[in-house]
Amino acid sequence: MLKNYFKIAIAVLRRRKFFTFISLFGISFTLTILMVATAFIDKIINDDYPDKKRDRSLYINKIEQDGKESMNSSSVSYYFLDHYVRSMKTPVKLAVSSNYSTTNTYVNNHKIDINFKYTNADYWDILEYKFLEGKAISSQQIDNAERVTVISEDIKRAYFGEQAGPVVGKYLEADNVKYRVCGVVKNIPITAYMLYADIYLPYTVSKINLKDDKSYLGEFSGIILAKTKADVPKMQKEFDLIIPKLPMPSKEFNVIHSHADSYLDAYVRSGNEKKSGMTYAIIALSLFALFVMLLPTLNLVNINITRIMERSSEIGVRKAFGASSQTLVYQFIIENLILTFLGGIIGIVLSLIAMYFINDAKFIANLELRLNFTVLLYALFICVFFGLFSGVYPAWRMSKLNVVTALKA
Amino acid sequence: MISLKNIEKVYRTTNIETLALNNISLNIAKGEFLSIMGPSGCGKSTLLNIMGLLDAPSKGQIEIAEQTTEKLSDKQLARFRNQKLGFIFQSYHLINDLQVLDNVELPLLYRDASARERRQLASEALEKVGLSNRMKHFPTQLSGGQRQRVAIARAIVGKPEIILADEPTGNLDSAMGNEIMEILINLNQKDSTTIVMVTHDENMAQKTHRLVRLFDGSQVL
Repeated sequence: MLKNYFKIAIAVLRRRKFFTFISLFGISFTLTILMVATAFIDKIINDDYPDKKRDRSLYINKIEQDGKESMNSSSVSYYFLDHYVRSMKTPVKLAVSSNYSTTNTYVNNHKIDINFKYTNADYWDILEYKFLEGKAISSQQIDNAERVTVISEDIKRAYFGEQAGPVVGKYLEADNVKYRVCGVVKNIPITAYMLYADIYLPYTVSKINLKDDKSYLGEFSGIILAKTKADVPKMQKEFDLIIPKLPMPSKEFNVIHSHADSYLDAYVRSGNEKKSGMTYAIIALSLFALFVMLLPTLNLVNINITRIMERSSEIGVRKAFGASSQTLVYQFIIENLILTFLGGIIGIVLSLIAMYFINDAKFIANLELRLNFTVLLYALFICVFFGLFSGVYPAWRMSKLNVVTALKA
Repeated sequence: MISLKNIEKVYRTTNIETLALNNISLNIAKGEFLSIMGPSGCGKSTLLNIMGLLDAPSKGQIEIAEQTTEKLSDKQLARFRNQKLGFIFQSYHLINDLQVLDNVELPLLYRDASARERRQLASEALEKVGLSNRMKHFPTQLSGGQRQRVAIARAIVGKPEIILADEPTGNLDSAMGNEIMEILINLNQKDSTTIVMVTHDENMAQKTHRLVRLFDGSQVL
């Protein structure tokens, strides 16, 4: 039966080449857009370099103070992390790092933008950056406020030159301060914004005295690490209990919100409690996907109706010889799935080409898009979506055709 | 084999009501070869479609192979047609995208038959109509007479008890028409298949056991 459907599907596709081209183009082009988007999201969500201990970690990156008339929201302060989060009992480590800021420096009269980030010692224990040379900033260097830095391979190349040999021990000047390079790490893309920087510095060399500022809002984020995966919910609960006990910074505010989130929740947290980041992210992505898929689906519905009506004599014959309406609906849906899977294969090839060019053009530095199992799974899902949604209505309409009318057509 | 009682068929549009069949009662015995004649528009094809359960009467009862058919669901009707009936159409209605063998196999697709069994039965049916050398051809590569023979093979492949033929020789020249008629007579005589044939051709009708004439939707003979 399936072989027969397949034969017919291929014959129909070959018969009306222009329609087939339009259908396949619609499917494969849409699929390419969605697959590149999926690969992008997958890279952001699932790439666990350098935070390989993600399953034991919770991320604290936003705090919100709400009052009747005002609302403040931003990243958390060093004080908040050091004073309140550090007092928690469940976490075994607390990584503290500032949001990256940009400064610039000159090499041979050539300006280079440098994104820098302050870190504490635990940061280098929790996160597993791959060191191409040298090592992480030690806890002693941090305590002594030594002017040392870990740099990315990109900034090594930009600052010391393409042909530079080992650079550990050499000095890099940023913001009129000279830092001794103690390590070079593999690049991470800017999309991993909580961890990305060109140069990493001890938080103790910051020009601002972090310990004096007692506000909760600041420029930092924290990662707390549980001993085991099983301890994570307990750690989250403990954090949630801290927040209601925080003293109000002023009468202006009556409630404080902050969360210890999984990587993904933290990534999309907007800092506005009423508009949860995750919900908004899902709605936005779904609307995008729906919009992108809706037009080709409607186009396919239209083409399918025309195609099926051309085959009314065949429908009449099949019915006369024993096909029920249900069997015919199955047949046309299967035929449509064959079409969409063909479009899918072309779409995958186009996606590979598109990803090659995107990676090659370096639109986002260090963001290497790849076609992996997850992305292929999404592609399969999209194909089934196209196949079913664009096939069901025309198939249903066709199956309701009266045999006599169908044979006369 | 086929019993029609007081069959009436009315086509209705918003303003017009057309009586296509008026109070037709007919009994066709097992193994009978019956022809239906009459001028264009007299209701011959409508009557044949009603017998073939392709169309429902507005009034009256149909019994085919000792089964009343009015309460059958779409699925049951499809199964009944598949098991008991075979159709031959004036314009063949072959699926041009499929090879001859695949066309003949079609009724067996809707039965529990293995691919090998289907091939076997379809080859046998094609042999019966003398087309075993054209199995891999497409319908468009065949002459009109050959196409109608493929259609006959398709109608008989499932070994139905009844064959309903709507002007099977209508599109063919007299030599080819006679050839087709020979095959039908052979089927009727050798396999005792009941055949009902609509025709315009008096000569063809004379070769059948009984002739029924219609005029303006009523039976006149």
